[in-house]
Amino acid sequence: MLLYVFKRLLQAIPTLLIVITLSFFLMHLAPGGPFDGERQLPAEIEANLRAAYHLDQPVWRQYLIYLGNLLQGDFGPSFRYKDFTVTELIAQGFPVSLELGLWAIALAIALGLPLGIVAALHRNSSVDYLVMGTALAGVAIPNFVIAPILALVFGVLLAWLPVGGWNDGHWRNMVLPVVALSIQQVAYIARMTRASMIEVLGTHYIRTARAKGLSEREVIWRHALRPALLPVVSYLGPAIAGIITGSVVIEQIFGIPGIGRYFVQAALNRDYTLVMGTVVFYGILIVLLNLIVDVLYSALDPQIRYDD
Amino acid sequence: MMSKLRFPLSLPVLTLTASLTALPLQADTLRIAIMGEPASLDPHKISGTWENDVVGDLFEGLITEAADGERIPGVAESWEISEDGTVYTFQLRQDARWSDGEPVTAEDFVFAFRRILTPATAADYAYLLYPVQNAEAIYTGEAEPETLGIEALDDHTLQITLERSTPYFLDQLSHYTAYPVPRHVVEEHGDRWSRPGSMVSNGPFKLQRWQSQTRIEAIRNEHFHDADNVALDQVIYFPIEERNTALNRFRAGEIDVAREFPTQQYRWLRDNLPDATHTAPFLGIYYYVLNSREGHPTADPRVRKALSLAVRREVITEQILGTGEEPAYSFVPPGVSHYEPAMVPFVDMSQEERLERARELMSEAGYGPDNPLQLRLRYNTSEDHRQVAIAIGAMWEPLGVEVDLFNSEIAVHYADLRQGDFDVGRAGWIGDYNDAQNFLSLLESGVANNYGAYSNEEFDALMREAAETQDLDRRGEIMAEAERLALEDSATLPIFYYVSRNLVNPALQGWENNIEDIHRSRWVSFEE
Repeated sequence: MLLYVFKRLLQAIPTLLIVITLSFFLMHLAPGGPFDGERQLPAEIEANLRAAYHLDQPVWRQYLIYLGNLLQGDFGPSFRYKDFTVTELIAQGFPVSLELGLWAIALAIALGLPLGIVAALHRNSSVDYLVMGTALAGVAIPNFVIAPILALVFGVLLAWLPVGGWNDGHWRNMVLPVVALSIQQVAYIARMTRASMIEVLGTHYIRTARAKGLSEREVIWRHALRPALLPVVSYLGPAIAGIITGSVVIEQIFGIPGIGRYFVQAALNRDYTLVMGTVVFYGILIVLLNLIVDVLYSALDPQIRYDD
Repeated sequence: MMSKLRFPLSLPVLTLTASLTALPLQADTLRIAIMGEPASLDPHKISGTWENDVVGDLFEGLITEAADGERIPGVAESWEISEDGTVYTFQLRQDARWSDGEPVTAEDFVFAFRRILTPATAADYAYLLYPVQNAEAIYTGEAEPETLGIEALDDHTLQITLERSTPYFLDQLSHYTAYPVPRHVVEEHGDRWSRPGSMVSNGPFKLQRWQSQTRIEAIRNEHFHDADNVALDQVIYFPIEERNTALNRFRAGEIDVAREFPTQQYRWLRDNLPDATHTAPFLGIYYYVLNSREGHPTADPRVRKALSLAVRREVITEQILGTGEEPAYSFVPPGVSHYEPAMVPFVDMSQEERLERARELMSEAGYGPDNPLQLRLRYNTSEDHRQVAIAIGAMWEPLGVEVDLFNSEIAVHYADLRQGDFDVGRAGWIGDYNDAQNFLSLLESGVANNYGAYSNEEFDALMREAAETQDLDRRGEIMAEAERLALEDSATLPIFYYVSRNLVNPALQGWENNIEDIHRSRWVSFEE
């Protein structure tokens, strides 16, 4: 198992290198630069700025400089947020996104799994229709619609919760964004759990389990649940990576200082170092979470073993 | 029930603070929603209005702004200007102090001016100081910073020598590019001096805490020379890019001042929060650049004139925007000091007459129903820009003009304008300082921001003449003459003058609308 994990980590290196290289050159290919804005800088000013950030060098050399710095763990200074380095920005923003994301995913699992199971067990009943109908609505309504509605109703009209802000992660500030962030995930997880549960319940070994006289409860808990969770677990890997690296929409609407906004803003500002920093960071997270998912797989499914 | 919810995963949020303990919210705390996260709090590294909102509360220049935007003495107590307008001698206040108690000296200004112009500082706004002798040469690396025309005659006497007389120079000294920086702190901490914990400033407030993307807290600076008249104990700036979020937080009472509320909400706000909704004329113009480069149909002045004639500006301001913007018939917005803007020649014509004239001009230029004019109109992505572009395209239809709309994000948009790859392009200009020259210089030959490459020798000559004229009113007349030339040429197509849009807690006193939309917190207080 350890060997497997080690191998996978080794394989991750070329993957990340490809990600870095592609994003680096794509970014430099994009028209417009970090100093293009509403007002043109005098040529000599722009020249000074470009020199300060090594942008006056050929792109391939910039790439080598970047790789060299990266190896030393240096993401470089942000072009836009000049008082911070990219590492500092990620170090400040990620814990916030992580905390928010973990709560959202926890809420999504806590609600989505039972709902999906209940719906599967009462297949084609009114309970099933109710759950799946709601889930469909949850999938269909984007969170940039849900979030302002939540803020308006609970923040402005009822004044129960703050409309925005983070306030060092006070729970009152967290409720609305966590709910807004998790609604879609609840819906996905419920639908996925239901589908895979129904499939598992139709298999031979469940029929065998029932035939040998196990109680329905035991059939579900001991034999159906684990395999039914497999697709959900594989979905959770990328979902967690996506959700804990922050949601641009939710962070913008609720004014949360996470790193989600950097993905979009840095790209729009042509903040090259910040774009690369977030891409590399996201890449590493995806690789790690996928690995964790695969390890969990072997725990859930006895047919999967990694001791090669 | 809710209060029992616990969030055990309370990872401490890393913040750049001297002390992590937030002050309890005091009674006299002003909470401002600014437009975005400041790039820096170092006055030499910023260029945005939202940064000005914060940095302008932390620092004070030789000259500063009153509540109504008028220029008043800041660190400078008095000054003398030489006959030829090139040498300024300032007497600094004896009681001007940095927030650490050290005196603010003439040497701090010398240090600051040299620093912002040093190429290695890479200050993107340094060119505002180009009127100072040798400034441009220093910035381009052709001269040493020590040769800059600024000198400390003694601790409290500062002399600034200009390249040539610059009538608006005093106004410029209130700009953040001309703030002093604390030499003793910058030399100790280097580029990281402007972060919480090390930052020292000389304005009415001092930096307490900066939590990136969330809030910036400043408290009253006891060492400020006018601290006794500063009513607020604390100011918190919330960077909020999403305008609707700022609006919601204002409605929920979480903030006192929201900068630039969303235009779409104007009617609702006016009806429901009339006391809080402020709109006022603003020193900015929204215009279309008409490409005068060879090979573009808009190089023909007749085409430019026809296009300008056919735009019904009132329809755009009233029916499309509806936020109190004024239709623009001049390039320099009204309200600029010592200046009466020239107007486009057709301002008194009726809409029918304008359209009639526009048709004539188009057929003279060889366009008509049989030979429609194809135009490429570029704008940067935004709902308002799109609607304006569509409306204007429709207004040009009767002239037989077919418009292709292109939109792109802002960085690409301006890069395209610079390369001249357009016929008509959207642009906007907000005055850096309250002077007509700041607008009209956009039309001078060879100037970087002259996107349409308009070039008129007569215009350039008038601008040069104005630059050498001491008398402010006479100078204004010359520039107005230049503007008249440009408008007769339809060098650009002015559409509307911007307005400032703020939501202000009605319980605030001392918050005044002004044409530059500059509001320093030192003048603000809460009603008793």
